[in-house]
Amino acid sequence: MSKVSDTMAWIDERIPLTATWNKHVGQYYAPKNFNFWYYFGSLALLVLVIQIVTGIFLTMNYKPDGDLAFKSVEYIMRDVNWGWLIRYMHSTGASMFFVVVYLHMMRGIMYGSYKKPRELLWIFGMLIYLVLMAEAFMGYLLPWGQMSYWGAQVIISLFGAIPWVGDAITLWLRGDYVVSDATLNRFFALHVIAMPLVLVGLVFVHIIALHEVGSNNPDGNDIKKVKGADGKPLDGIPFHPYYTVKDLVGVTVFLIIFFAIVFFAPEMGGYFLEHANYIPADPLKTPEHIAPVWYFTPYYAILRAMPDKLLGVMAMFAAIAVLFFLPWLDRNPVRSIRYRSAAYKAILAAFVIAFIILGYYGMQPVTPMGTIISRLCALIYFGFFVALFFISKNEKTKPVPERVTY
Amino acid sequence: MKKMILSIATAPLLAAATLLVVLPQTGFTAGGGAALEHFSPVRTDRALQRGARTFANYCQGCHTAEYQRYSRLATDIGISEEDMSKNMIFTTDAEGAATKVGSLMTNNMSADYAKKAFGVVPPNLALVSRSRGVDWLYTYMKSFYLDESRPLGANNTVYPNVGMPHVLADLQGWTKPVYHDDGEGHSVLDGFQQVTAGTLSPEEYDSTITDLVSFLDYLGDPNREARHSLGIKVMLFLSLFLVLAIFLKKEYWKDIPHN
Amino acid sequence: MAADNVASNGGSAPAVDQKRRRLLTTGVGVVGAAGAVALGIPFISSMSPSARAKAAGAPVEVDISKLEPGQRVIVEWRGKPVWVVRRTDELLASLETVKGELRDIESDDSEQPEYAKNVHRSIKPEVLIMVGICTHLGCSPTYRPDVAAADLGADWQGGFFCPCHGSKFDISGRVYKGVPAPTNLTVPPHQYLTETRIRVGSDGGQA
Repeated sequence: MSKVSDTMAWIDERIPLTATWNKHVGQYYAPKNFNFWYYFGSLALLVLVIQIVTGIFLTMNYKPDGDLAFKSVEYIMRDVNWGWLIRYMHSTGASMFFVVVYLHMMRGIMYGSYKKPRELLWIFGMLIYLVLMAEAFMGYLLPWGQMSYWGAQVIISLFGAIPWVGDAITLWLRGDYVVSDATLNRFFALHVIAMPLVLVGLVFVHIIALHEVGSNNPDGNDIKKVKGADGKPLDGIPFHPYYTVKDLVGVTVFLIIFFAIVFFAPEMGGYFLEHANYIPADPLKTPEHIAPVWYFTPYYAILRAMPDKLLGVMAMFAAIAVLFFLPWLDRNPVRSIRYRSAAYKAILAAFVIAFIILGYYGMQPVTPMGTIISRLCALIYFGFFVALFFISKNEKTKPVPERVTY
Repeated sequence: MKKMILSIATAPLLAAATLLVVLPQTGFTAGGGAALEHFSPVRTDRALQRGARTFANYCQGCHTAEYQRYSRLATDIGISEEDMSKNMIFTTDAEGAATKVGSLMTNNMSADYAKKAFGVVPPNLALVSRSRGVDWLYTYMKSFYLDESRPLGANNTVYPNVGMPHVLADLQGWTKPVYHDDGEGHSVLDGFQQVTAGTLSPEEYDSTITDLVSFLDYLGDPNREARHSLGIKVMLFLSLFLVLAIFLKKEYWKDIPHN
Repeated sequence: MAADNVASNGGSAPAVDQKRRRLLTTGVGVVGAAGAVALGIPFISSMSPSARAKAAGAPVEVDISKLEPGQRVIVEWRGKPVWVVRRTDELLASLETVKGELRDIESDDSEQPEYAKNVHRSIKPEVLIMVGICTHLGCSPTYRPDVAAADLGADWQGGFFCPCHGSKFDISGRVYKGVPAPTNLTVPPHQYLTETRIRVGSDGGQA
């Protein structure tokens, strides 16, 4: 026996290293027909790592203090060796996280990855999305620029719409009568410790849940139903090496796009780093036009579309909450969009278009036309779930093949 | 196969170029609503040196450029730290000693005094090119005009009723805006008419402002050029890696039979 | 192994070119590792002193016109204490008498600019410029010019004593034998701008 296998045997007697590797990588059988849409899970994990590593290094020089925060960010950008690279990677990573997660969610919806037996997998994913939004929102306050400040002011004020206790809650969230040093300090604590811990925990559970039931695929059939003589699924291939080398290609393409932004357009024309955020927070002066960062704008547009404050806040939270119920709103057992009806494809297309238009209007200043279009799109957004509930009951679907298409 | 490699190699560069050129710009914190002239910063050492001199002589009396260090500026615009100390640092520290070259670009005006004199503390200009944009700055610096109704005798078409006096009036001289009516009751700015001459010709004033705004652009993003040149190397490296990764993937996936 | 798994799935996998596979894997591994190392450099170097720390660590100037013989002043350079001592003739004379008890008499193993590698370890014999940090574990020794001090013994000729672990140095900062400190105290780069003005931290390139 070689030295290496001796060592492995020694370790395996004590912790299940080889067994764990085999269960989750070496002998984890994934369907062989994964397409473009299946890159985004591993990419999300990559961005999480980028955010944690760059975040740790930013924390070494950042000061969560109302008087020092803005200055310390510029200190990182100018005085710290390579600080600009680390900071731009973190700010670009924040936006790219949402790009990747939105595409990942789109994949889940298109191929019915939320359906039985993957309901919990979907719910853990939704929880990740929710925590990610909180994480991004709190992180955005930290540079302590005008957009940071007034963005936080507006979003925290949303909770003021809650009847009876709204004002008490907003006061408690801020720890002061306005967004202030106290708010900054607690957001810092939550952003760098609490939320990342929860996020990592949820990602772990998300992957455990995935590996328990196995990956879905673009055909939406179950590869475990067709097994070879050796008991392995005929259409399954070991994750390693086949998907590790494939994901490596995806990772490289992603890094090319990621670093192109970091090096050539870190502000991304004002979408990733807003211009007004280069002015230090001023509690006495609101910028002329404030909008959240692009990844929140669809929900922000829904909020603004409502004529009533409480109604707006409820609609906004409902827009996110309804996604949790997707596994039960879609009553059709056929998973993949490939074998579903034209009616389903039509409402899904409308949903996606409405979401994008909402995102656009959420960034624009309020106009009467914008409000009308936003209302229409909000209606389509919620209408999708209602229509889905009824269409999926007696949908005319195509037969799903036994084997995957590859 | 060759075609694939070629397209792989060019794709990231194309992506980078696209980001630089056609990216839509979201709203800067503009004001006034006047049309802005397009401005392309001139980031040569000579232009930045001239811009830095104008900044130190005319702007830094009231504005600071804190966050930026003199020593870094000296390195970046190609002058020695001694020349920087001699020719560009006019301020002193609390004990009256000349400001050190490693210091941030502050000034000697107290915030209290500034507030009394101008109503507001003149903003730190280190990041103004990123909050306002260079087009705004360029147009703004060329849009001061004589207006006796204002306390400091100057107004601005880009930033109406601005608190800042026309600091460069002795260079530019004084102008008056010329408007015409668009037929719907709105007056539209045609341009400016020289009222009194300054020490510079309009062309010379233009080039002074070009240097100054280029310098402000530098202050907002001092390492842009270094970032771009490193970025190109990173793109090339990743393209090479992508080619290898694709070959590796194709090699392994030969194992996988089609159904 | 991987290939076996797939072949058993009933597909007719073509023969695997193991050499090519190994070559590509190595290539991706090597280039990838190079990239990872290159990406690591900025992160590691971000923990080195920033431009602000370097600016704060710039040379400092000290005026010794009012420094009496036997007196010491401490200036701060890069956050460390730097001693400026004007030695008396009596203290200077002790440099010869203690020689036999020293570990590094000629300062061969110690840190100092070339112009301070002499018996008095300074440019002008009477003026000592020295980083006041013990070469053992970084405490700051005390200045003990008192000859034959009660706690240091009758043969104490004046010098520096580190209270942390008992290291002793003579009045040129040379370490005694039998104490934990390995080398003499460090002399920082310095230069005389005038007869009485010294710049500590830079010597204009002479060394």
